Amino acid sequence: MKQYFTYFKISFISGLQYRVSALAGLSTQFFFGFVFIMIYLAFYETEYDSAPMKFNELVTYLWLGQAFFSLMYLYHKDKELISMIRDGNISYELCRPQNLYWKWYIKIFSSKLSMVLLRFFPVIIIAFLLPFPYNLSLPNNMFSFIFFVISMIIGAFLVTSLSTMVHIIAFFSLDEKGIMSMFMVIADLFAGGIVPVLFLPKFLQLIADYLPFRYIFDLPYRIYSGNITGMTAVSNVLIQLLWVFVSIGIGYYLNKRILSKVEVQGG
Amino acid sequence: MSFIEVSSMSKTFKVTKRSSGVRSSVKSFFKRDYVYIDALKSISFEVARGEIVGYIGPNGAGKSTTIKILSGILRPDSGVCKINGMIPYEDRERYVSNIGVVFGQRSQLWWDIPAEDTFDLLKDIYKIPKDDFISRKNELVSLLNIEEIIKIPVRQLSLGQRMRCEIAASLLHNPSILFLDEPTIGLDAVSKKIVRDFIKKINKERDVTVILTTHDMSDIEALAKRIIMIGKGEVLYDGTLQKLKNKYDNIKHIKVITNTKVGSIRKKGIIDKRKIDGGYEFDVDSKIIDVSLFLNYLSNKVEVKDIDIENENIDEIIIKLYQEYEI
Repeated sequence: MKQYFTYFKISFISGLQYRVSALAGLSTQFFFGFVFIMIYLAFYETEYDSAPMKFNELVTYLWLGQAFFSLMYLYHKDKELISMIRDGNISYELCRPQNLYWKWYIKIFSSKLSMVLLRFFPVIIIAFLLPFPYNLSLPNNMFSFIFFVISMIIGAFLVTSLSTMVHIIAFFSLDEKGIMSMFMVIADLFAGGIVPVLFLPKFLQLIADYLPFRYIFDLPYRIYSGNITGMTAVSNVLIQLLWVFVSIGIGYYLNKRILSKVEVQGG
Repeated sequence: MSFIEVSSMSKTFKVTKRSSGVRSSVKSFFKRDYVYIDALKSISFEVARGEIVGYIGPNGAGKSTTIKILSGILRPDSGVCKINGMIPYEDRERYVSNIGVVFGQRSQLWWDIPAEDTFDLLKDIYKIPKDDFISRKNELVSLLNIEEIIKIPVRQLSLGQRMRCEIAASLLHNPSILFLDEPTIGLDAVSKKIVRDFIKKINKERDVTVILTTHDMSDIEALAKRIIMIGKGEVLYDGTLQKLKNKYDNIKHIKVITNTKVGSIRKKGIIDKRKIDGGYEFDVDSKIIDVSLFLNYLSNKVEVKDIDIENENIDEIIIKLYQEYEI
């Protein structure tokens, strides 16, 4: 266990070095936050009655999305893992007495975590201080806040296990682009990355319920704003937890299968 | 049972094939052509504990593939490979804690941080007890003369410095087998010597079994008594270096310093004659004409001031071997 913790520490520290990229990320997050809110504002002015979410719930959803973007976004590519796969440096990974799956899991998790820690706080603070209707609201109530935190943590594990799985498949196909783009489009749609899941057509929402993606961030953000409460929140968090186990199980199994067929690039 | 036992091991790679150009790229988008390349065709050999074996062969002969199978990275399509009672690719996690691997063309050190930090990480990965780790690290560091070097970020090291750190990193957990895939590639003479002396030393003192691939024949001469040569995926020669030399080392380069002008010499066994500064150089086939006979013959004809007999370079022997096997 200790080796994985050391590994976490090193990846985490090296992730924290990238301060300039964090600043650039922050400004992007503010830009997109405002653009999205203004688009929805125009929409709500004409179609308020048919909207599936209250406007302040939506704004909160959008700001949380921007604040935790680097933790929750699905298109996470670990540059080092990808280049290892491409040039064959993976050889060294394979001749260590450690489980590749957990190692990659921790690597991806720690880099996501170090990225979000540099970014989320300024977005949250500034979004709180913005004038109505652009501002981030306080959590619905104490229950919502506690469940939001729990669900965020589980969501972070879920997105990491899905990301790890994609990297493992990339390792097998020796090229990450195809598999990652495909995964990205589908996952992002059903996760609520393009529009919140409630804005999707009914039949897509139905499909989304049977996929893991909407449990990554759509669920915690809606719990926070009070869009999902009570027993629904509890049962959804349980399903979310189930998906973590399922996706880790599949990833772990794939990793085992793939290692027996692996090819290493380069001499 | 031998320490390392490989019997009729084969490995085939499937490779996509396409010619250059836009048209064939488009075509290959719809229909891929594959070729199957036999990297290893039924390879067998055995290695005893404590041996140093030089594993040689031209580019693409299957050297790295063999090393990758032996170190548990790849799985052979057929055949058996048993090392220290374990099957590397079946028992990967348990097996690899007992081996050290250096790939000369790759790096296991973290690029942005000093090598010493990577050593600390390896300590946790291999679960090395603290005291063992410190004493072994100090020993390796002083043997390889890298006390100062391990404190500098790896990206700022020269290749020779980095390679010494790589070798230290692969031995921290005190493995009983060391695989070295082209450890001296691109190194200067001094670094090469340090690396070679070091390998010799750990082999002798700790009984580490070493399997080493290289294109540099002086590595082999300095280190390995036994060589295994492969080409086109097959074992072509397995035996001592000396035997190989005796078999092929029949060409002697003899330099003769003389003031006398030597005209054309026609005698069986003299292959070539060249004018050099202050005399001549002869290439003599010692299988046809004995060196002493040749010297006798020559001293009758000319006044010899000085002679210098050189054996054929091992590189040339290898080239000859490759030619003989058409690889």
